[in-house]
Order: sequence, then C-alpha cells, then structure tokens
Amino acid sequence: MEFLSYLISGISLGSVYAIIALGYTMVYGIAKMLNFAHGDVIMVGGYMSFVAMSALHLPGWVSVLAGMAVCTVLGIVIEALAYRPLRSAPSLAVLITAIGVSYLLQNSAQLIWGANPISYPPVVSGTLHLFGGQLSISYVSLVTVAACILIMLALTAFTSKTKMGKAMRACSEDKGAAQLMGINVNRTISLTFAIGSALAAVAGVLLCSSYPTLMPTTGSMPGIKAFTAAVFGGIGSIPGAFLGGLLLGIIESMAKAYLSTQLSNSIVFAVLIIVLLVRPAGLMGKYVPEKV
Amino acid sequence: MLLEVEHINVYYGAIHAIKDVSFSVNEGEIVTLIGANGAGKSTTLDTIAGLLRSKTGDIRFNGQSVAHMPAHKVVAEGLALVPEGRRVFAQMTVEENLEMGAFTQAASTVEPNLKRVYEQFPRLEERKNQTAGTLSGGEQQMLAMGRALMSQPKLLMLDEPSMGLAPILVEQIFDIIRQLHEAGTTILLVEQNAQMALSVADRAYVLETGRVTLSGTGSELARSDEVRKAYLGG
Repeated sequence: MEFLSYLISGISLGSVYAIIALGYTMVYGIAKMLNFAHGDVIMVGGYMSFVAMSALHLPGWVSVLAGMAVCTVLGIVIEALAYRPLRSAPSLAVLITAIGVSYLLQNSAQLIWGANPISYPPVVSGTLHLFGGQLSISYVSLVTVAACILIMLALTAFTSKTKMGKAMRACSEDKGAAQLMGINVNRTISLTFAIGSALAAVAGVLLCSSYPTLMPTTGSMPGIKAFTAAVFGGIGSIPGAFLGGLLLGIIESMAKAYLSTQLSNSIVFAVLIIVLLVRPAGLMGKYVPEKV
Repeated sequence: MLLEVEHINVYYGAIHAIKDVSFSVNEGEIVTLIGANGAGKSTTLDTIAGLLRSKTGDIRFNGQSVAHMPAHKVVAEGLALVPEGRRVFAQMTVEENLEMGAFTQAASTVEPNLKRVYEQFPRLEERKNQTAGTLSGGEQQMLAMGRALMSQPKLLMLDEPSMGLAPILVEQIFDIIRQLHEAGTTILLVEQNAQMALSVADRAYVLETGRVTLSGTGSELARSDEVRKAYLGG
C-alpha cells in the first residue's frame, strides 16, 4: 500500500513535469531553441492565479484561466521581443538570451512580490481515502493526472488533425519548404510559444496546489527537471515529453521514498545521463542524420 | 507577360550571385534557365519565390510587384516553387504533404485538387498514408510537384526536377512537365540537364556566373554552337 501511494504521488508529480516538458519540446521542435525561461513562466502563472484568487477573490477555475491568459501573452511577447530578432543568430546567443529572460522574470517577480515564499491556497483541496483509510490520494493529484492526460490527447489531436497543427509539424521539419507552402513561419512559432506558455500556467497552478509555497524561484527546479524529462523522452517528440515526464516523476518519488531524500535529484539526473549514453536521441526520439 | 524579372542583383554576404538578370515568361510558355553548377539558377528562382531578396530592380507577376513580398504571401498570388532537392516533409504522410500544398487555398478546393493530383500521379494515391520519407527519389519528386500543384499556381517553378534520378525517371518527370504544359500550366524550369530542358522549352536563357549570356527559343539554343560546346557535350 505504501508503494502504491508513492507510485501515485510519482505519477502526479510526473504529470506536472510532462505538462511543462510539452512546452519545452514543442518550442524546441519548431524553433530549434531551448527556452530556459520556460520554467519561470510557470512561476508567473502561479503568482497570477494567486493574485486572482487572493486579491480579486475569483474562484479557482477562473484564476487558472487568468493565469493562462497572462502567460499566453507573456510567451508571445518574450518570443517577439527576445527571440525573433535572433532567428538567424548562432544558437549560443539564443541560449544566453533565454537565460537572461529567465533572470529577468525571476527578478521582476521579486520586485513585485518580494523574495519570501508565500503560502498558496490550493485550487483543489481534500483527500480521497481508500481501503479503509490505508491509501489516501489528494484530489489535486487526481486533477493533475487528469489534466495531463487531457492536454496530451488535445495536443495530439491538434497536431494530427487541424490545419494549423499540421503546419506546425511542417515548420518543425523544414521552415523554408513550409514558407513555400504559404505558411507564415513567424506566426506559427508565436502560436507554439502561446500554447507552451498557457500549459506552463496550468502546470504552475497544479504544482503550487500540491506543494503550496510560491516564490520567485519556484519555477526553476521544476523547469530544469521538465527539460530533463523532455530530453529523456526525446526532445521534439510530444509523446516523448509525456513518457519522460511520467518516468522522471516516478523515479524521483521512488528515490525519495526508498533511497534518499537528499540524493533524489542527483538520482534523477544520473538516470538521464545513463539513458542518454545508451540512447542519445532519448526514449522516443528519432535519430535523424544531418544531410550534407 | 505573366512574369517579368527586371535587373535583379542578389548577394550572399559579399558574394554577388546574380548580376543584373532580366527575363520574362509569357502565359502558357515553358521557359528554362540553363547553366552550369553555381551559375545562379536556383538563386534566381528562390528570389522570385521570396526566399531571397534582390537589392535592385523589380519582379512583377501578373502586373503586380512581388519583389518585396514575404515568401508565404507569394504562394497565394499563384507562384509555386518546387525546390531543389524536393524538400518534402519526410515525417508527414503523402496526403498531409499535399494538404500543406493547399495551405493558402480555401478548404473547399482541397478535395477536387487532391483528386486531380492523384489522377496525374496515381502512385501518390497508392501511397497516400505512407510517410513521405519512405518514398523513392522519383516518387518524392512527384510528391513535391503534386504538392505545388495543390496551390493551383498560375506559374509553376521547377528547380532541378531531374536531379539524382535514374534516366527512366527523368523521362517520366519530363513527360509530366509536357502534360502540365498541355493542360495550360505556365512553367519556369531550371535544369542542369540542358538537353532535356531545351527539348521541352519554348524559350531558354543561359546563365553564366550570375549573368544572362544567351537567350532564344529552345530549338535555337539547342543548335547554337556555344551551348552545344558548353552544355550538351559537343
């Protein structure tokens, strides 16, 4: 029963990683860049929903939507101002810019809300007791897993069935050819940032509801781990982000329970290193040789 | 005149790739640009398609200037480019590739145009659910052409359609070019295979290191001594 409870908390944590990893992987797939500011968009989503709930007294689900709306706009603005001018710049310049944007978001949050952690009112509360109280599952965990599955299904349908979703895949394969089809590549990249950032806001709310403290650096560790999950699953692959996120969450939860709480992060990253040594493209990534 | 290219100059950084090139294409014609590797043929097509910019001059299509239009808008005007190396979307299915070709078109045109393309290229219909990366080189060329036709172009630009194909497939591709021409499509063809290109072309221009050095009808150039020496092997 103990094992089952660790497994469930691992799946729930992994679902949050998966939702964040989807943003990393979609942006990488299309813009071929690592958006290291993605983790901090999670934090902005957390603060925005916090403000909506505590200062504006809006109901939980409305504050989620408010967080998503703000983060969507934020994602579009970050892409247009910071990354678009660097479209043909070397990837190192883009990477450093992303790190800069990350610090900018963290420090702006610190200016506005201060450096001290605030306690976050969970959007969903309560616990489900099963087997005569032997197994307790918080409703937040259930909602998190459900949200992750729903998002995964919706994104799969979007990229395989809709015109814009297919255009996104076309852009991620060959931007020049996509332009020759009449696809506006800049607009498609902008849309990808919008979707990824809206998902980051959802992840922010779910994360803060499970671990109810919020501070300007709240997003960095989950961001790095979700990035790890995306690489683990195969960066650029949507099912890979899902699988990588879940596995990472389960490994972390098991490591905490049975090995060592202090070492759990090291164990997570060690697993990543081993997977990449054996499968450099990640679990579901395809190794595509560069054409010359 | 359907397409008028006037005094364009294109640079790659410091390299002056296209030097004051002018030519035109009339409605219903097949016009070919021939020349050696590096003469600027592909650069010229990419510039017309809006992927590259000319520093000077103008490119008019149907009387309207397209010289400063972004590539994704040029397609909607009726100018489609089948790029060098085909550049199909390898991880998407054949049918999805064709749907992408119709990106600028109204949804109602997709079905009838798919039907037309499948009639022209029955092989593509047989493989419509396969990913494009699994097709042979000849099939990929057909897909790239079919994909461009999905946008119902007034002018179809083909960049080295025979490149890398076995002789029998080259014949097939040129048969298709003739059929498209007979069906009324205007074609601007860039080829290293000068013999084949001149055999289908109404008119031709010879490009040498970024300049137009000769022009005439396809048969005139095929008989010209200079062209025979330089491009037709004596």
